[in-house]
Amino acid sequence: MSAGEIVLDVLAGICLLLGAFLAFSAGVGVLRFGHLLARMHAVTKPQVLGLILLMTGVALRLRSGPAVAVLALVVAFQLLTSPVAAHMVGRAGFRTGKVRPEDLDVDDLSDAPPTPPTPQPPTPPTPTPPPPR
Amino acid sequence: MSTVLGTVVVIAAVLLLAGAALAVVRIERGPSMLDRTIGLDVLTTTIVGAGALEAAWSRRAEMLPILVVLSLVGFVGSVVVARFAAVEPEGEALVRTPRALREDGDDDVDDAPAVEPRADREGADE
Repeated sequence: MSAGEIVLDVLAGICLLLGAFLAFSAGVGVLRFGHLLARMHAVTKPQVLGLILLMTGVALRLRSGPAVAVLALVVAFQLLTSPVAAHMVGRAGFRTGKVRPEDLDVDDLSDAPPTPPTPQPPTPPTPTPPPPR
Repeated sequence: MSTVLGTVVVIAAVLLLAGAALAVVRIERGPSMLDRTIGLDVLTTTIVGAGALEAAWSRRAEMLPILVVLSLVGFVGSVVVARFAAVEPEGEALVRTPRALREDGDDDVDDAPAVEPRADREGADE
């Protein structure tokens, strides 16, 4: 085994360990966090970064063109589908009342239109009464 | 070198297994269908990671099409649940856990309130 292959194997091992640790952290987060949006936040980490790390590790181990293409396909599908799934889950959670309104900075989903900043009418200058003589 | 890589694979497998077990605990606890959906997302991603780990360990590429399929199946599952099963009627959980059955008592399973899906589902459809 040449030195280059050893370096590639070490890099692959580091990527695999980091990806597995992200999956573990997602398990901890989805169990420990308190409400729906916080759990969704925890789920996102292995779905994108963890999967990319794991696929990089596999690609560094396999070192063949078609395998790398299939792994890139996995990552591409995940990057396409996970935002859509997260949007659907978040919207369903909003509509079934699992999102506290005070947590939101911007509310694009409720039916109430955003209140426009009402321009204050210029107050007419109050005429000062003449001082009594 | 192979022993070092074997150690790495074992540690990564233990981490993936612990994450999957915690996700299963969340799926059991709920409390809503959406929380179970999120737990299933973690579980699917962990299974994809386990397949990738196996492919990296054995240096064979037979597992890779399975990973492609799994990454799409998880998406379909969470979208379907969020779209059609997110609204749960009051007093009638879609999945009766043993704990919920104990809390409700044994005798009111039959006279549970009737499900009225039509009135509740309008918020979920658009």
